[in-house]
Amino acid sequence: MDYVIEMLNIRKEFPGIVANDNINLQVKKGEIHALLGENGAGKSTLMNVLFGLYQPEKGEIRVRGEKANITDPNVANGLGIGMVHQHFMLVDTFTVTENIVLGSEPKKMGRVNLKKAEQEVQELSERYGLNVDPRAKIRDISVGMQQRVEILKTLYRGAEILIFDEPTAVLTPQEIKELIQIMKSLVSEGKSIILITHKLKEIMEVCDRCTVIRKGQGIGTVDVAETNPTDLASLMVGREVSFSTEKKPAEPQETYLSIKDLRVKDVRGVEMVKGLNLDVKAGEIVGIAGVDGNGQSELIEAITGLRKTESGEIKLHDKALTNLTPRKVTQSGISHIPQDRHKFGLVLDFPIGENMVLQSYYDKPFSKNGVMNFKNIYKKANELIEEYDVRTPDAYTKARALSGGNQQKAIIGREVDRSPDLIIAAQPTRGLDVGAIEFIHQRLIEERDKGRAVLLLSFELEEIMNLSDRIAVMFDGQIVSEVKPEETNEQDLGLLMAGNTTVKAGGE
Amino acid sequence: MLFSNRMINILIPIISVLLGLLSGAIIMFFFGYNPVEGYAALWNGAFGDSYFFGETIRQVTPYILSGLAVAFALRTGLLNIGVEGQVFVGWLASVWVGISFELPMVIHLPLAVLAAALAGAFWGFIPGILKAKLGVHEVIVTIMMNYIALYISNEMVRSVLTDGADRTPEIFPTASLASEWLASMTFYSRLHYGILIALFMAAVMWFVLNKTTTGFELRSVGFNQNASKYAGMNVSKNIVLAMVISGAFAGLAGAMEGLGTFGYMNVKSGFTNIGFDGIAVALLGANTALGVVLAAFLFGTLKIGALNMPTEAGVPTELVEIVIALIIFFVASSYIIRWVFLRFKKEGK
Repeated sequence: MDYVIEMLNIRKEFPGIVANDNINLQVKKGEIHALLGENGAGKSTLMNVLFGLYQPEKGEIRVRGEKANITDPNVANGLGIGMVHQHFMLVDTFTVTENIVLGSEPKKMGRVNLKKAEQEVQELSERYGLNVDPRAKIRDISVGMQQRVEILKTLYRGAEILIFDEPTAVLTPQEIKELIQIMKSLVSEGKSIILITHKLKEIMEVCDRCTVIRKGQGIGTVDVAETNPTDLASLMVGREVSFSTEKKPAEPQETYLSIKDLRVKDVRGVEMVKGLNLDVKAGEIVGIAGVDGNGQSELIEAITGLRKTESGEIKLHDKALTNLTPRKVTQSGISHIPQDRHKFGLVLDFPIGENMVLQSYYDKPFSKNGVMNFKNIYKKANELIEEYDVRTPDAYTKARALSGGNQQKAIIGREVDRSPDLIIAAQPTRGLDVGAIEFIHQRLIEERDKGRAVLLLSFELEEIMNLSDRIAVMFDGQIVSEVKPEETNEQDLGLLMAGNTTVKAGGE
Repeated sequence: MLFSNRMINILIPIISVLLGLLSGAIIMFFFGYNPVEGYAALWNGAFGDSYFFGETIRQVTPYILSGLAVAFALRTGLLNIGVEGQVFVGWLASVWVGISFELPMVIHLPLAVLAAALAGAFWGFIPGILKAKLGVHEVIVTIMMNYIALYISNEMVRSVLTDGADRTPEIFPTASLASEWLASMTFYSRLHYGILIALFMAAVMWFVLNKTTTGFELRSVGFNQNASKYAGMNVSKNIVLAMVISGAFAGLAGAMEGLGTFGYMNVKSGFTNIGFDGIAVALLGANTALGVVLAAFLFGTLKIGALNMPTEAGVPTELVEIVIALIIFFVASSYIIRWVFLRFKKEGK
């Protein structure tokens, strides 16, 4: 038996859902093994089980053929399992070496022997072609370099099996190429890699074998050499037609939102939206499909005034929105259901009732001459709570105390109630249960039927397919193709999203 | 529910005060003093006769305002350590207006008070704008601004307002908050009308924060800048505004000393501590207007009452400093009290 890792019949439950059900994963020594699945399919849960963060309800884990009981991450480290997290866990003001040795510092007479550590880090870095300066401070190096520091951290602790959690999500194309080289050199030195991803292209490029998970179920393992992106996509999303939301055919009217040659940079100053064109008409839902990190967030932040645009034009009706303040954008008739409801959507320490007027508190009847009218505010809040089925003890409860689904329903109530011309819904159902998802989908369709324009951003292909009347596929900062949901399928979409432009709308 | 969250929030300061006093008693006991006599002297020193009571209220007045200044900033997510410096510039500005010219009282007094508020506001504006535009942490800037205020005030008193003297002349009576009537009622204590201004400002703070759209924005920015920006609020403007209002409260605390208690400004060798004590007052008062008034009352009582402890009970006044420090310690470690309550709650079920 030459498997380094075997996870057999793993089952992991959370209250109300089964995150992993009967999943098998067998990783050979010296291979790059992909773990493929949609968002929320259960990939991260499975890896957290392997890394000791969760305990499985059922199943067995074997490391190098021996049964292992991984009760916490330290046990995993001891067994030579290392994880390169998607969100780096680094101390900004420390040097590369200090970060790497943190927690297992080499000591000399009770003092940290940084010199020795630096030497070791240098050696490791050279051996695997990582090219990291051990003395640089984390805040001074690029995201790609920071990721290499995370890799070095696991290697320094003697990891033989490395788990990469969606490592390319934060990288530039050049950095991705370099990372692929690093992964290849790691396996040539005898390490084994588990790569968590939903990008088919990467799997085809670097992986030896691929295990597919769909909705918490293990679907199977295939040899990458004997498959192709189309087959992988169909394995990932499943052939069976999923329960789809009922809606009438759209009746698009005049163009409401029109974007021309838009360019936007992200926080790092990297251009993320690169000359994008898009129209959204009244009475239609346009879904933006794409893999996370292709400029979707920057696009939406630019429309809503949260981020500066470099050049190009955004118009609602014939009014220019480019670089207006968020308040002006809102007043022009745009509602925004933000991607991160905790960071942007709600003031968690305010009562849910006051969150209901977060966009309109300055206006009558909620205030007059600068004095708040709480009676009217809570009257409105109670109406919205009733209408949008927000489950809360009362309107005075802090938003923090509500469940994610109810927080989201409150935001949707607030945003839809303003009767906007355009609703921007960014990942409106992320992390919600089936009931809440259905409710929110119905609401968005209702708004469309009232003649509003809806721009939907989602990383869930199923949601895009179900809701959209038109799908705009976004890749590398541009809309690379537009398709109708009835003329495409999830496999083709998956390929388009991965930048494969050989697929035509309507399948082969 | 036996102890709701709200109840616990109110009980924590009260229990902290009791624990602080109890610890003070234990310390007195171990150092060979009689705690009962000590506290009796404290009580008499604060409330024993109307003179002491007048002095207590006089001491409470600037504490209310400096406490409001700290509390206001904290409610909007800012830590204003610069209240001390803002008190200085407020004091200076009020005295300057008070000695420079004579006007009818209805104009002169409000003008002097307003000058103090504006000076404090300006001293708060500088760290505010630096934070909003350049992201400089307000704690660093305000600490530095305290020293700038101290030394500028001293220099102004010595070189601009006088010719090398250590104190300014008395302000004109038309700018004074002192009251013959209040003084005579309290055996000629230095009690002045400032207490009315302080209580009024507490009401103002409550109203602004809780009832106005401005307060809604200020609190929202204090809790979550991203969501505030998303909701169309001007985050920078609100940070600056919060520091300006906080500074204005602190400036008024300075006016209480300049126009009320002393009627002049002198060269100071160090800080007055009115601003720093304001931090403790705000903490004990849970950053609410009413809480600040109550906490200021307690602190004023302790400080004035302590003056009577050496003569009547032979206990050094420093003991009260220890008690105050312990009260703050217990409030700050409210986690422990909360934990005890939760244990209690669980067992009660």
